[in-house]
Amino acid sequence: MVSEGYSNVRGGLAGRRRSWMGWQFVGPFMAVFALVFLAPIAYSIYLSLFRTRLIGGTSFVGADNYLGVLQDPQFWSAFGRVALFLVVQVPIMLFLALLVALAIDSGRLYGTAFFRISVFLPYAVPAVVATLMWGFMYGTRFGLIGNINEAFGLSLPDPLSPDLVLASIGNIVTWEFVGYNMLILYSALKVVNPSLYEAAALDGAGQLRIIWAIKLPALRGALVIATIFSIIGSFQLFNEPSILKTIAPNSVTTYFTPNFYAYSLSFAGQQFNYSATVAIVMGIITMIVAYIVQLRGMRKAV
Amino acid sequence: MATSTPTAGRASRPAASSGRGPLVIRRRRSSQGRRSATLTVLTALMLVYTLLPLLWLVINATKTQEGLLGSFGLWFSGDFALFDNIGTTFTYNDGIFVRWLLNTLLYVVAGAGGATLLATLAGYGLAKFDFPGKKAVFAVVIGAVAVPGTALAVPTFLMFAKMGLTDTPWSIVIPSLVSPFGLYLMWTFANDAVPKEILESARVDGSGEFRTFFRISLPLLAPGLVTVLLFNVVATWNNYFLPLIMLKNPDWYPLTVGLKEWNQQALTAGGEAVFNLVITGSLLTIIPLIAAFLLLQRYWQSGLAAGSVKE
Amino acid sequence: MAITRRHALLLGAALTVSLTAAACGSGDDGSSSGAGAAAPAASAAVSDADIQKALDTGGSITVWAWEPTLKQVVADFQAKYPKVKVNLVNAGTGNDQYTALQNAIKAGSGVPDVAQVEYYALPQFALAKSVTDLATLGAGKLDGTFTPGPWSSVHVGNGIYGLPMDSGPMALFYNKEVFDKYDLKVPTTWDEYLADAEKLHQANPKAYITNDTGDAGFTTSMIWQAGGKPYAVDGTTVGIDFAEPGTQKFTGLWQKLIDGKLLAPTSSWSDAWYQGLGDGTIATLVIGAWMPANLESGVKAGAGKWRVAPMPQWEAGGRATSENGGSSLAIPEAGANKNLAYAFLKYANVDEGVQTRVDGGAFPATTAQLQDQKFQDKEFPYFGGQKVNQVLAESASQVVSGWSYLPFQVYANSIFNDTVGKAYTSSTTLQDGLKAWQDASLKYGEEQGFTVK
Repeated sequence: MVSEGYSNVRGGLAGRRRSWMGWQFVGPFMAVFALVFLAPIAYSIYLSLFRTRLIGGTSFVGADNYLGVLQDPQFWSAFGRVALFLVVQVPIMLFLALLVALAIDSGRLYGTAFFRISVFLPYAVPAVVATLMWGFMYGTRFGLIGNINEAFGLSLPDPLSPDLVLASIGNIVTWEFVGYNMLILYSALKVVNPSLYEAAALDGAGQLRIIWAIKLPALRGALVIATIFSIIGSFQLFNEPSILKTIAPNSVTTYFTPNFYAYSLSFAGQQFNYSATVAIVMGIITMIVAYIVQLRGMRKAV
Repeated sequence: MATSTPTAGRASRPAASSGRGPLVIRRRRSSQGRRSATLTVLTALMLVYTLLPLLWLVINATKTQEGLLGSFGLWFSGDFALFDNIGTTFTYNDGIFVRWLLNTLLYVVAGAGGATLLATLAGYGLAKFDFPGKKAVFAVVIGAVAVPGTALAVPTFLMFAKMGLTDTPWSIVIPSLVSPFGLYLMWTFANDAVPKEILESARVDGSGEFRTFFRISLPLLAPGLVTVLLFNVVATWNNYFLPLIMLKNPDWYPLTVGLKEWNQQALTAGGEAVFNLVITGSLLTIIPLIAAFLLLQRYWQSGLAAGSVKE
Repeated sequence: MAITRRHALLLGAALTVSLTAAACGSGDDGSSSGAGAAAPAASAAVSDADIQKALDTGGSITVWAWEPTLKQVVADFQAKYPKVKVNLVNAGTGNDQYTALQNAIKAGSGVPDVAQVEYYALPQFALAKSVTDLATLGAGKLDGTFTPGPWSSVHVGNGIYGLPMDSGPMALFYNKEVFDKYDLKVPTTWDEYLADAEKLHQANPKAYITNDTGDAGFTTSMIWQAGGKPYAVDGTTVGIDFAEPGTQKFTGLWQKLIDGKLLAPTSSWSDAWYQGLGDGTIATLVIGAWMPANLESGVKAGAGKWRVAPMPQWEAGGRATSENGGSSLAIPEAGANKNLAYAFLKYANVDEGVQTRVDGGAFPATTAQLQDQKFQDKEFPYFGGQKVNQVLAESASQVVSGWSYLPFQVYANSIFNDTVGKAYTSSTTLQDGLKAWQDASLKYGEEQGFTVK
């Protein structure tokens, strides 16, 4: 989306001379940004070059922490988990969001406005509250699963068992963000020039054909954005597993996701240096993946 | 087939930059088809999914602490205690919930309001000016966002502590002032919403850049601004991790951290289990947000729509 | 984090004999209180007169604690000493607060004058010299004031790093209604406990003798009672051995409960747990003496049904118990007014404050209150009028001595479920899980510069 922005900007700028004027607008944002993002990152990079121990104090270790992370099976197990999450949950969520966006946009629903707002509502629920609610419903003894098992004599497996907990978290995240993504896609559909639909209808194109030939291409940019933000979200997965750990302590390990691992290292283990290293390595991986997605997504667009 | 794919997306450009402002939403036409009961029912399945947990929250907010533990989750228990619960929520612990609510409002007004202002200025600056270092700005912003925030919490805390900002509202408000997604939205939005001809003519008239911005551009940016404001309000309202790290004094807690504190109260020796208040408090926490969505949904959709015109 | 209660549960005691080397500076540099260099542990450099003077002069101190009964103590304290202002702050429970405390210490600002620290976490703060050796403030004179378990828990090396606030000698809490209904005998030994567990679950597949999803505090307390001493700590040298006989006693029993699926898969302190305690599907709890107040407020449905009995024994006729949970109040080294802080500690944990807290439902660590006739004779309506404190106070006198926690127990406990947790969800045995915990803990110790043996 970066390159996309540039081309836009260039277009809108025809004939403007370069000056420092722009900085007066961008400056305040960047100043605060530098304080709350860049400075801590710089500090983390600094921290990642040292090691502090309970016994023996602090010493400079160069790239040791980075080598440690790259060989750390717990880090890679955490990474594998979020990568799996990314590959499975994000497509499902975006596909659902797409279906709902197309359904609402089709104008063939009764109560369109109600649908639109209702699907979006979960986004307003804080992750803390959302996880609390789902955690209750997942209960096999007193929760909804337990009630269903009892009512129908079933024995549905425990959604919070080690094998299923990632899928259960995927469900919570999907619930929270499907409406948000739906809205981004729906909004992109709203700006398609209606004359295109008319022309297509005159040509005798059916609904599916219109979706395929007009709507999906129009959605490409929005999908790329939604995907990139979902990638960042997946790689930074933290709130849901950390809250579920209270009720499923054996299913959610302290290295369940890279972010949770960094948190545990620093908050329970006082290993600030190693924790900072994990964060930076994960940040670099995220950037690379987001960049590749953007590149591929945009290339197809041309 | 007259319509060819590649031009489809671009076809909307003229509309967006036609100078008639950002409200590019078109009335949907009926030629797209009649209402379909089948499609409605299928989509309604999605509604069940999104609303069921909220229904759980509403139902359980009507239960007492005992009813909560002893009754079926998706139906009401014998006694209807919603109003008792609401009353207790507001008065428990000398009414600390009210204090948390006011704190949250403060953080939202200062944080989300400030973030929207900064993102609007910066997005506009990126869209309408060429300046040295511009290409680096967005690359840096996106790159920084990719670093997990929770891991930066300790470094941020240490920095803020050295500046004497921890345990004050500033430690919540200042980080909330930055909204990378808001910057991105405003940037793309400003590209289309403010036609360069208007700016040129303002310059010819000798208007200063900031004067032009506030007099001419800002009104044109309003729908995008409302969109960004809403996203920022949600983000600030639901902010949890940052205050958890920065604040020690419950008098400065926002609602999210306060509710978590209540939830954990059951976990201490001698602590009183107040799950009913946690649930009622959660419900009360999301109601203002839902109200804000409903009230502002018109602006907010149009703003978002124009924001995604780009490409 | 969320696990707080699990931490709060943790008990603790740090060994009387440990950590000599770490405390090698013997705490003399740190006394910023103006009291001058600290003297050796036994004789106080700060006299009672100094403490009294601090109270008369007045000032303000900040106390970080989550213990609810302190609220009243603070109010009374301020009423008695009008020149003193105490700012009581709940900075989080258990680990949340330790994190906050460690962050504040690291940042060098916002450090409280007094902090609540659980026994199991105290050695870590003492080792890092983050908390003051109270011997320099006259705590040495308090020998005999507290029961042996908690008192030894606040000793690290030659120093005294906190004053015990409460204690958690373990006992068996059981639901009498369930026991009567299924004709179960209140177990006096763990074998009987196992037999009850089988009988109950057979009679009602939805009912369990207790719940457990793997809890570090509970596990270490059980090993403690069995006479196990898996942690060997000597200064900065640590050793961990879960293959020792005490641990094996525990795993032998508990593995049978796990294999027989006789433990409710419900995490303690969750709402499902409170529900199970109320509806009889969790029939017993082996837990610390602070539990009555929690049952009364959290499980109203259980009123009149619950009773307390001595902890089941490994040998018939045995008299061994252990501690589960409990915390101390400590004075961070960076605090500004240590004399005043110590005056508050004494008021809250030794003098008038103790009775205030007992009245509020806390279980004391002071021998005077435990032996008080009124305390022992108090009838608890929730427990069918039983004089619960008699059982609990007796347990306090039977705590097995010589237990020690690791100087990095906070971290070790945080990874308990990563390792031992597998025993509850897969075919891994408890003993194998403990071995994995041992290895992971030792690895951390090594990374932190400890000598591992």
